[in-house]
Amino acid sequence: MPTTLYNEPSPLETKVLSKRFGLENSHRLDTYLAHDGFKAFLKARQMTPEQIVEEVKTSALRGRGGAGFPTGLKWSFVPRTSPKPKYIVINADESEPGTCKDRLLMEYDPHQLIEGILIAGLAMDAHKGYLYIRGEYRYLIDHTDRAIGEAYSKGYLGKNIAGTGFDFDLYTHSGAGAYECGEETALLDSLEGKRGIPRMKPPFPAVAGAWASPTLLNNVETFSAVPNIIRDGGAAFAALGTPKNGGTRLVCISGHVNKPGVYELPLGYPMLKAIYEVAGGIPGGKKLKAVVPGGSSCPLLKAEECDIPMDYDTLAKAGSMLGSGGMVVLDETTDMVKFALRIMRFYAHESCGWCIPCREGTTWLRKILQRFDDGGGRKEDIPVLGEVSKNMLGRTFCALGDAAAMPTISIVEKFREDFEKRLAGASRASELVTV
Amino acid sequence: MLAAYPEGRKRSAVVPMLIYAQDETGAVTPELIAEVAKRCEVEPLQVDEVVGYYSMLHRKPLGKYHVQVCTNISCLLVGGEELYEHAKKKLGIGNKQVTADGQFSLEEVECMGACSWAPAVEINYDFHHYVTPERLDQLIDALRKAN
Ligand SMILES: Cc1cc2nc3c(=O)[nH]c(=O)nc-3n(C[C@H](O)[C@H](O)[C@H](O)COP(=O)(O)O)c2cc1C
Ligand code: SF4
Ligand code: FES
Repeated sequence: MPTTLYNEPSPLETKVLSKRFGLENSHRLDTYLAHDGFKAFLKARQMTPEQIVEEVKTSALRGRGGAGFPTGLKWSFVPRTSPKPKYIVINADESEPGTCKDRLLMEYDPHQLIEGILIAGLAMDAHKGYLYIRGEYRYLIDHTDRAIGEAYSKGYLGKNIAGTGFDFDLYTHSGAGAYECGEETALLDSLEGKRGIPRMKPPFPAVAGAWASPTLLNNVETFSAVPNIIRDGGAAFAALGTPKNGGTRLVCISGHVNKPGVYELPLGYPMLKAIYEVAGGIPGGKKLKAVVPGGSSCPLLKAEECDIPMDYDTLAKAGSMLGSGGMVVLDETTDMVKFALRIMRFYAHESCGWCIPCREGTTWLRKILQRFDDGGGRKEDIPVLGEVSKNMLGRTFCALGDAAAMPTISIVEKFREDFEKRLAGASRASELVTV
Repeated sequence: MLAAYPEGRKRSAVVPMLIYAQDETGAVTPELIAEVAKRCEVEPLQVDEVVGYYSMLHRKPLGKYHVQVCTNISCLLVGGEELYEHAKKKLGIGNKQVTADGQFSLEEVECMGACSWAPAVEINYDFHHYVTPERLDQLIDALRKAN
């Protein structure tokens, strides 16, 4: 089964979460047990919940779903002594354009994920978990169901897990196509059988999440990091990265590179090295134009801004985000009008329509960008693109509004000349074609 | 499926039940909505309102083979848009249309989590990576022949 990888690994990787990828039958429980599997769970069973949470804090692990919130801190918010049932919800909606890593973690090493979920269960005193997987990943839902079945049959899920007296049930839950359902509170509504409309916060899911009960919600990769942290210690994981940015992450490199692929790199890895060495540089020796550092929601960086280490804080200082790990590389031939339009078509399509600045803003921006792309752009539209986007910032109910506005602002500010070339009457910029 | 959710929370099964049932029936029909509502112990209206929200649920049948071509950013940069145009010509249909014989339907889709192996196509639930127009022709021709 999954022993052929979608892309060749790179010798420059630091393999922690992906170290079993490529082993024969890496997805099987036997393989997992033969390679450190469930040692961390047994160790965690000997620890107090506070010690588990403390270890995760020490690891400086930050959420891999997009926002980069410190995971240990989030874990400490769940009231573990609440008399209500507590739930673990795993975000496997993976829909941020540019991102394709949770897929691999479920496909090649589902038991690592299961073990991470169980450790969270110990720490939260939770006994049920829901793995919310986007509907398009049906083969992965089936695959993960088989892994869950295997874990049940060998006593690593269900009652009295591995003889420790701890009980835990885990279920997959299919989404049905909606980017917005990746947002944590929309996901919870979707899990409850409704449309995925975000909820007012507070209360935060930690206090009132799934079925109004305390809920811990993290991304697949975040949970998958936990067994390593408990087994080898939070300090060892932290030391792989940079201060406050612990460990490694699966970076999904796509776009104009010779060797696109998902590569596990330590936090703080130099961005240019990732592009030119790990991913083999830009085809045809073309020049770098821009980088989307962590999924389509992130402001773009111009080539000259890319000589930086990839950690959350450095990216924030550079005016962007590390996001979901989806790094898209754009060479000098890329038409930024087309690129901005495609991003906005996505957000306009995915806006759930709940609040006006997002619903109207994305539609308006899409129309203006479409006009530019059709060759009918007007000079006065260039500042309008920026203004409409800026007016959306911070004025929408959930972060999708910001996610649509931020890349647009960066593109209009940093690549204004691409828009000027497309003004009505200007000859179509024949040298600018997306290849 | 219903047993997965806590006591009194059968509504949670609405979306997964709809999508699994749709795979069998081809579309979300009023009868299906009524059945799901009954099993999940909710009003049919509560089921109906989610159908329009989720892009994978649809009230009309798609082709036997639903060809989904991603044109989002990572795919766009490496020929996803050209691939989608090619698919339109090859199948002779536009977005969300079905061929006259009911065999194929086409959809331009958003990112489907295959960005590093782009351009990507999903036919029903099967992923295809690094798809060229020639490769797409082969895939479609093979499915045509299989019928
Ligand atoms: C519009 C939108 C879409 C999102 N999509 C995803 C997603 O597909 N997967 C994910 O893990 N997080 C996604 N998030 C982030 C989640 O809301 C949440 O922050 C995350 O799952 C928390 O887990 P973490 O702390 O482990 O990152 C999305 C957020 C927004 C606003
Ligand atoms: S910001 Fe957009 S996606 Fe989020 S709640 Fe408002 S309309 Fe919906
Ligand atoms: S952008 Fe096409 S699969 Fe992600």
